Amino acid sequence: MHKATHHFLTQKTQELRKEILKSIHEAGSGHPGGSLSIIDVLTVLYYNHLHHNPDNPQWSQRDRLILSAGHLCPALYTTLADQGYYPKADLMNLRKFGSKLQGHPENGKLPGIENTSGPLGQGYVYGVGKAIAAKRAGKDYRTFVITTDGEHDEGAVWEAAQLAAHHKLNNLCVIIDRNNVQIDGYTEEELSLGNLKNKYKTFGFKTIDIDGHNIHMINDALTYYDHHKLTQPFCIIAHTTLGKGVSYMQNNPIWHGKAPNEKELAAAIEELDKRQRQHQLKHHLKKKKVLK
Amino acid sequence: MKPQINEHLNETIKEWWKGKRTPLEKAATRQGFGKGILQAAKKHKELFAITADLTGSTNLTAFKEAYPERFLNVGVAEQTLAGVAAGIASEGHTVVATSFATFNPGRNWDFVRTQIGINNQPVIIVGSHAGLATGPDGATHQALEDIALIRSLHNFTILNPLDETEAAKAIQEAVQQKKPTYLRLAREKLPTITNEKTPYKIGKGNWLVKGTQATIITTGITAYEALKAAKQLWEKEKTSVGVLHIGTIQPLDEKAIKEATKTNCVITVEDHNINGGLGSAVAEILAENAYRGTFKRLGTISYGQSGNYDELYKAYGLDANNQAKTIQKLLTKKTKLPTKTTRKKE
Repeated sequence: MHKATHHFLTQKTQELRKEILKSIHEAGSGHPGGSLSIIDVLTVLYYNHLHHNPDNPQWSQRDRLILSAGHLCPALYTTLADQGYYPKADLMNLRKFGSKLQGHPENGKLPGIENTSGPLGQGYVYGVGKAIAAKRAGKDYRTFVITTDGEHDEGAVWEAAQLAAHHKLNNLCVIIDRNNVQIDGYTEEELSLGNLKNKYKTFGFKTIDIDGHNIHMINDALTYYDHHKLTQPFCIIAHTTLGKGVSYMQNNPIWHGKAPNEKELAAAIEELDKRQRQHQLKHHLKKKKVLK
Repeated sequence: MKPQINEHLNETIKEWWKGKRTPLEKAATRQGFGKGILQAAKKHKELFAITADLTGSTNLTAFKEAYPERFLNVGVAEQTLAGVAAGIASEGHTVVATSFATFNPGRNWDFVRTQIGINNQPVIIVGSHAGLATGPDGATHQALEDIALIRSLHNFTILNPLDETEAAKAIQEAVQQKKPTYLRLAREKLPTITNEKTPYKIGKGNWLVKGTQATIITTGITAYEALKAAKQLWEKEKTSVGVLHIGTIQPLDEKAIKEATKTNCVITVEDHNINGGLGSAVAEILAENAYRGTFKRLGTISYGQSGNYDELYKAYGLDANNQAKTIQKLLTKKTKLPTKTTRKKE
């Protein structure tokens, strides 16, 4: 498996942010906020940890990546295009009539998409089903469920978590995009999740929290999962910022589900370009040993 | 003309029809499911059965003992039942998922629609204890809307067997066809009408009795009351009434329905509400085919309540007496549509 470097990944995540926003802008609707908060996790996962093969999307031993929070699909669609599952040009067809890139992902419509999601909680439960099937068949594939804090309002999530812990599904890794925002506002004002880490620990998961935008931390958490023999399911609570990377979107609930217009898109691209150049310069200077 | 009983029904029911006082063997459709799924499991190694804390009530105990590695109990969590069923099915299995019909597909309808329907997964949702026949548990547990819920999902097969023997065949065929399916079962033990040799095919109606003056179209366990009504009408009124059993509500056997309309007097009867179930499905066919005869749907028009099978069927008009009375009324009713003789001369 190709091990992407920290620098590569840092640049890549900015590039993919631009693609996500262009895609949503073209569609005229979509969910940029959460897509930008999860993209770092998805990028690191796909480049460095997930067992998968874009040339053989149905490879039987692949890890199953379940996007349970289906509205984050612009991030997943962009990741899959970047990985080579289908042409990048297809991203401009997001949400259009007849497009394979449906507004919420559908199983079988696009290579690399494992499940239909949108109604919150369903993917999580489906993923637990896949993990159970793996155990019963003695198969080694892992199931990664990408979920959000808002999704944890749904009772089905907790039903599935209980079931996973009861059956000691150590082949299940749940990654929570904890950006503290949901449609109507901030999670802790609307329906407090309390101490999510403690809840998961009590439910019987091995649980860690990380900064969901720190490439090193994401890599370390997933490396831990790659190499440790657990006896219980694993949960990574990725603390993120809604709209990360675009200052006018950051932590602003209105950007949960709104497409940027021309001006807004241009401003976002400019900011992301600038950041990419800054990273590039910093990297160059480090290499030249000018900076530590 | 004397109504003719189907020669392929079981001997006991044929003797009963002819007037002999033979005691009828009784069994529940859920028992047939329990037997049939064991047969299916032998043939289909990929078959899984899961339940939401109702192993015993949904007759999966024998399956669990025979195939523990293919059995799962998710606890009282019906959304999980449907979602996990779909997840397991997506990995190359056919999955049977059981609970009471009020909860499965009632409580988890969104999961059934999206994870099984939209995904087109080979999952058989088994809704047991359906209908008023559930009895003493009362309204909350008497599913009278489940067929309507699943009829709105176009790619689901809907099976509603009339007795234990047919239920065993139904589950085996459902597992064989590997499509999204809803199988409706009942709690109550009722007379067995068919036998092993009675032909059964998903999508095909079954004429239990052929008659000339009226037809009762029935589905599921109301078949026994329908037979009683037809027998009663001949014995007391010399009225020849046929009984058509629709064991598959979707896809509907339109040919059989159209054949039923030849009597120009049709009633439907189901242990379900009159909206959205068999009655509505038949009404749609009749309307689209310009049927000009008389028609009435029998079923529930309110929620259920505690009681036993006989009291409830009588109270809600599903029993043989009410079926017979309804037909008699329709036969004496003049249709409002003009015929040659009533048209005024110009």
